[in-house]
Amino acid sequence: MDTINPDTSISPGTAAPKDDAVIRISNLNKSFGDKKVLIDLSMHLNKGENLVVLGKSGSGKSVAIKCMVGLLTQESGSLKVHGSEVKDLNEEELKQLRIRVGFLFQSGALFDSMTVEENLEFPLTRVLQLKDRDDIRNRIEEMLESVGLLDAINKMPSDLSGGMRKRIGLARTLILKPEIMLYDEPTTGLDPITSGEISELVLEMQKKYKTSSVIITHDIACAEVTADRLLVLDEGTFVAEGTFEQLKNGPDKLVRSFFK
Amino acid sequence: MIIKTPDILTRQFIATGNQVVFMGSFFRNIFRSGFEWNELIRQSYLVGYKSISLVGITGFVLGFVLTLQSEPTMKEFGAVSYVPSMVAISVIREIGPVIIALICAGKVASGIGAELGSMKVSEQIDAMEVSGANPIQYLVVTRILACTLMIPLLTLMADGLALLGGFVASNINNSMTFGMYFNKAFSSLAFSDLFPAVIKTIFFGFAIGFVGCYKGYNSDRGTESVGLAANSAVVSASLWIILLDAIAVQLTSVFAYN
Repeated sequence: MDTINPDTSISPGTAAPKDDAVIRISNLNKSFGDKKVLIDLSMHLNKGENLVVLGKSGSGKSVAIKCMVGLLTQESGSLKVHGSEVKDLNEEELKQLRIRVGFLFQSGALFDSMTVEENLEFPLTRVLQLKDRDDIRNRIEEMLESVGLLDAINKMPSDLSGGMRKRIGLARTLILKPEIMLYDEPTTGLDPITSGEISELVLEMQKKYKTSSVIITHDIACAEVTADRLLVLDEGTFVAEGTFEQLKNGPDKLVRSFFK
Repeated sequence: MIIKTPDILTRQFIATGNQVVFMGSFFRNIFRSGFEWNELIRQSYLVGYKSISLVGITGFVLGFVLTLQSEPTMKEFGAVSYVPSMVAISVIREIGPVIIALICAGKVASGIGAELGSMKVSEQIDAMEVSGANPIQYLVVTRILACTLMIPLLTLMADGLALLGGFVASNINNSMTFGMYFNKAFSSLAFSDLFPAVIKTIFFGFAIGFVGCYKGYNSDRGTESVGLAANSAVVSASLWIILLDAIAVQLTSVFAYN
């Protein structure tokens, strides 16, 4: 894999992507009012790769991945997912793209008026338009078994712990079998043991379903477990790129501060 | 010379534009395939069935109080026998629809505003959107239609109970049979009293559902915004009901009573 040390002359994120890169971003800019959140951001995600984006709170990490699924629109620059420029897609094309790109929200974002089963059923009946009750039930049970929470099938989200909500959120996202997974702070708000379990689960799911993933986090333990490659985001722009070991031993003070 | 538009005007124009766009997406999504019948039934149950006791008691008390308050004055003119007609006309034409709509604005619009607001804050609406599902079709269309269907039915029920309340109040000081009371009440009513009243409650229901959904769906992020969404949903829906009623009264007096 191409990796760049923080001390090389090449700007982080601008290394040439492989031919099979599934996400390509170049010179992306996004502002909220007068505040520039993303500044000339460039990066790519290769097929089958786990890319971790490290950054402190407010550095623009979540904004970047929300742009990738069209929840936010950039002011300028190019953002291509599976070769399609996201901002140019019409409603139907965007829907088709979103089926191929899963998004795990920080809180899990479970629909709190529905049981766990209904949460997982929602995308199957609305997006894949499945009608066969047995097929739907089998898919739900299989997915819940994958995340180790088959027992919770009839529970309401309010009865679940933070870690369980994340697992169910992951199951609901993976039930559509997306090719790309975007994780928004998957371990935030969890104790170290549960964080470790979620990180292992992310890795396990990536291997099982052969997804390419972007993992947004400031949890260094999660990054160590899951990352094939890391990018460090600061003030809306990437400041370093490399493997976990390269960044950990690199000269940049800001980058090393994450590893303390 | 550049004339700077006042901020409040700019904000109002933007808000109006956003509401028009939101209404457009509501109408577009009604006719899309995959209509959420089950959710419409669930919302109709929540809006309609769950409001029966509140609306029913309000309607009954409305007729009861109106009769008790107007009887002494009517007595002075020797017109006590006209009390059932007066109650029927005033409740069915005006007081019933407006009071019930305002009660529902408080109960239903605030509930919808708070529910969608908290779904927005906890990223549930975003989660629906990124999964490829259609949150407008699932959340907005069903709630607005449920309000549009249920508020007229609730108002009709309240009108009936208001007449019953009037009958009970009439029998405190006087004696009037059930048959005679309702005979007198209905003999004074015409189709032109009932029809415009029902039509305007359809618009009241639409306004309650639309405002609740718009405020909740477009609330800012943060827990404070959930309360604000609920609060402004009630205020805006009440204002819309009063404005729509004023328009309806003008239209009715031109088309129905002439």
